[in-house]
Amino acid sequence: MAKINVNGATRQFKAEPDTPLLWVLREQLGMTGTKYGCGIAVCGACTVHINGVPTRSCVRPISSVGPREKVVTIEGLSPNGSHPVQKAWVALDVPQCGYCQSGMVMAAAALLKTKPNPSDADIDAAMSNICRCGTYNRIRAAIKAVAQGSTRSAGLDIQHTNGSVA
Amino acid sequence: MKLLNPSNVDRRHFLKLSAATGLAIGFHLPQNALAQTTPADVNEINVWVVVKPDDTVVIRIARSEMGQGSLTGLAQLVAEELECNWAKVSTEYPTPGQSLARNRAWGNFSTGGSRGIRESQEYVRKGGATARMMLVQAAANEWKVPAAECSAANSIITHTPTGRTLSYGKVATAAGQLAVPTAVTLKDPKDWKVAGKRLARLDTVDKVTGKQIYGADLQMPGMLNAAIKDCPVFGGKVKSFNASAIAKRPGVKKVVQVGDSAVAVVADTWWRAKTALDALPIEWDEGPNAKASSAATAVILKAGLDAPEAAVGNSQGDAKAALASAGRKIEAVYSYPHQNHATMEPMNATARWTPEKCEVWTPTQNGESALAATSEASGLPARQCEVYKIHLGGGFGRRSMTDWIRQSVEIAKQMPGTPVKLMWTREEDMQHGRYHPVTHCKMQAGLDAQGNITAVHMRLSGQSILAAVNPQGVQNGRDPVVFQGLLATGLEGSLGYTFPTLLVDHAMRNPSVPPGFWRGVNLNQNAIYMECFIDEIASATQQDPLALRRKLMTQHPKHLAVLNAVAQKVGWDTPPPDVGGQKVFRGLAQIMGFGSYVAACAEVSVSKDGELKIHRIVASTDPGYAVNPQQIEAQVEGSFVYGLSAALFGECTVKNGRIEQSNFNDYPVVLMRHMPKVETVLVPSGGFWGGVGEPTIAVAAPAVLNAIFAATGKRIRDLPLKHHNLKQA
Repeated sequence: MAKINVNGATRQFKAEPDTPLLWVLREQLGMTGTKYGCGIAVCGACTVHINGVPTRSCVRPISSVGPREKVVTIEGLSPNGSHPVQKAWVALDVPQCGYCQSGMVMAAAALLKTKPNPSDADIDAAMSNICRCGTYNRIRAAIKAVAQGSTRSAGLDIQHTNGSVA
Repeated sequence: MKLLNPSNVDRRHFLKLSAATGLAIGFHLPQNALAQTTPADVNEINVWVVVKPDDTVVIRIARSEMGQGSLTGLAQLVAEELECNWAKVSTEYPTPGQSLARNRAWGNFSTGGSRGIRESQEYVRKGGATARMMLVQAAANEWKVPAAECSAANSIITHTPTGRTLSYGKVATAAGQLAVPTAVTLKDPKDWKVAGKRLARLDTVDKVTGKQIYGADLQMPGMLNAAIKDCPVFGGKVKSFNASAIAKRPGVKKVVQVGDSAVAVVADTWWRAKTALDALPIEWDEGPNAKASSAATAVILKAGLDAPEAAVGNSQGDAKAALASAGRKIEAVYSYPHQNHATMEPMNATARWTPEKCEVWTPTQNGESALAATSEASGLPARQCEVYKIHLGGGFGRRSMTDWIRQSVEIAKQMPGTPVKLMWTREEDMQHGRYHPVTHCKMQAGLDAQGNITAVHMRLSGQSILAAVNPQGVQNGRDPVVFQGLLATGLEGSLGYTFPTLLVDHAMRNPSVPPGFWRGVNLNQNAIYMECFIDEIASATQQDPLALRRKLMTQHPKHLAVLNAVAQKVGWDTPPPDVGGQKVFRGLAQIMGFGSYVAACAEVSVSKDGELKIHRIVASTDPGYAVNPQQIEAQVEGSFVYGLSAALFGECTVKNGRIEQSNFNDYPVVLMRHMPKVETVLVPSGGFWGGVGEPTIAVAAPAVLNAIFAATGKRIRDLPLKHHNLKQA
């Protein structure tokens, strides 16, 4: 049995050494929040953090992930969806189909950690993930809302079931 | 009222079994596949509304949620009439099997053509209204007062004279026993409190925490995984494969032929199935299309532009004679390529077959056609089949088909009793799509001495979607869908211009590449052809493109109103300011499709080296009624991502009978860095119900192409733009 550290816990699994991290997460560990989109590290749906660095897990052989490297997936970003990026995503109703959003959220969280107040160019460079529904502009607005600490600046006036307005 | 149909029993039985068996790696079924509505613990008021004792309201949604937001919009419409507490609303999908057992109680399941809301709004609102009436009547019965003395709001019924109240949950059981009223008065939309509001979607939270289960994520006890390879040449077949070459690979359970054209490997995990399939020697019989190519298709379509035989879509006066006698003629030839839908979630379905029953879990845009396909492929009557719908990781028309469902059933049939999840690789998805139809178009206009248009002939040549997917829809060689947005009249998609004479006709030419409904469908290319050509006429006659359009649109006030809304918002009469030292230019487009009127203005700059930047797009939509304005804005923004992906990059080419593109590296799409600012102007004028998921896509490309002409003087008539050099001499 091999070991990896995912979301703060050491997990054991059996897989061929060239199995990509993505498929160990999804199939051996049952964590399906991280998605398969292209398998060639182009679309970013499989983005996880390894030691804080956004990483496309679909091309990362599991044998190259050491047991002490800290892997964080969408399931481990926050215990209850309370990460500022997740909160902004909810406030601005970012997702449409949602399939790319785990990767988008992970990429945005990593960006904001290194650049708490990213420029448009920083966002363009860091957010190279693919969304086919077309949520890019709301993603940009949500990242800026996190940076500014307020979702009201996006001006979308979305009414939530608890009565709040973003 | 409460039918306990066999599929319900079976589902519960299956789930009980599942729970007993347990699963080492977790047990995930999508919420909607769980038997939530077992008659023992819920109160069905009518087919649309379930009210639980704690006042939780479950609204049933027959159409599929694929990102377009109609799950929330339809729930708003029901809730509006139901007068329930929106904070306690959740949704569920009825299954197609339940629909069959209950005489299609939920109507059409099809979710395409931007019809989710506009086609079902009336009966779902009635569902909400009748449920409210039944709940009020049940309370009145309990109080022994006339129902007319009672009112309902926020899930509370009040007896007005005495002030007594009862919550919906308290009377739900009694209400469910009452007959469903037939005489119903719906609210005037101006009185809406829940519908028409900028409410948050009901499905957002799970989509940002990774909890949303898509078809690709399904896990079931004892489930195996399958990867598949269909003959890369359309119409080809499997000649042979050597299963023993991979039999000893880890996890491999079985290698099966699927139909006559595909081979699948079934293994314990999908990754093992996929890698084993990669190593499997397969020989193909490439069949009659082995030499098909885009170049050969182009020759055939080009010939269609001048073919004597063509089906007529719109005809006013004698356009051919008027053209022949015109003092001046303008002509331009355009074309539009094949494109893949490229949903982010590749095609997938999980099937379990036994001699008595076949069940399929899949993201589908049409539960009913999925059930029919399951029945056909399984060899079992539909009443012994069931389909459980799962939220889609993108649809865009691709998931209105059933090809992957048939494959999954054919695989499951060879593994009786075992649930098998089939998932395509991205490469399989790219090469076995149902592609945007390929067409060419010759536009001709006749002008008089003053530059007035006397005639327009629009000759389309190319592929018919209906001929491939619904041949009975084609009559005497005429596919009505190819004329989207160009028709003389009608509420679906009529032309917004009046010309003295007009002929729109179509020479059908069908290549071997299978076509499909691709978000926006034929409106996409028709808008490019018409809107770019109107610009060409404006330029040739030295007229302002907006002024010319206004002149031609006097008899089409709704088309004109959205165009005017765009012109006003963008500030057409004032030149746009420079951006980063570059001059900015504008282009316009308008069209009607899917029941709605849309227009857009793009602002672009082109550097000396030919670098195109799209800075800003102003877009206007009149969908009649706006059920959730913030979600319409999301659809409009998304339409530009889809439409600009097509305009800038989208192209699938054919060589040696197969699609040359294989993944997002050679089929690029719009990314964050390409996205312009999008400003949406909603102008719902009331009195009709239009769709919003698709029409705006059609104005994305022509608005940008017309702006590029304004910037460079270059007319781009063939997409995608990536093939064109915009460098200025």
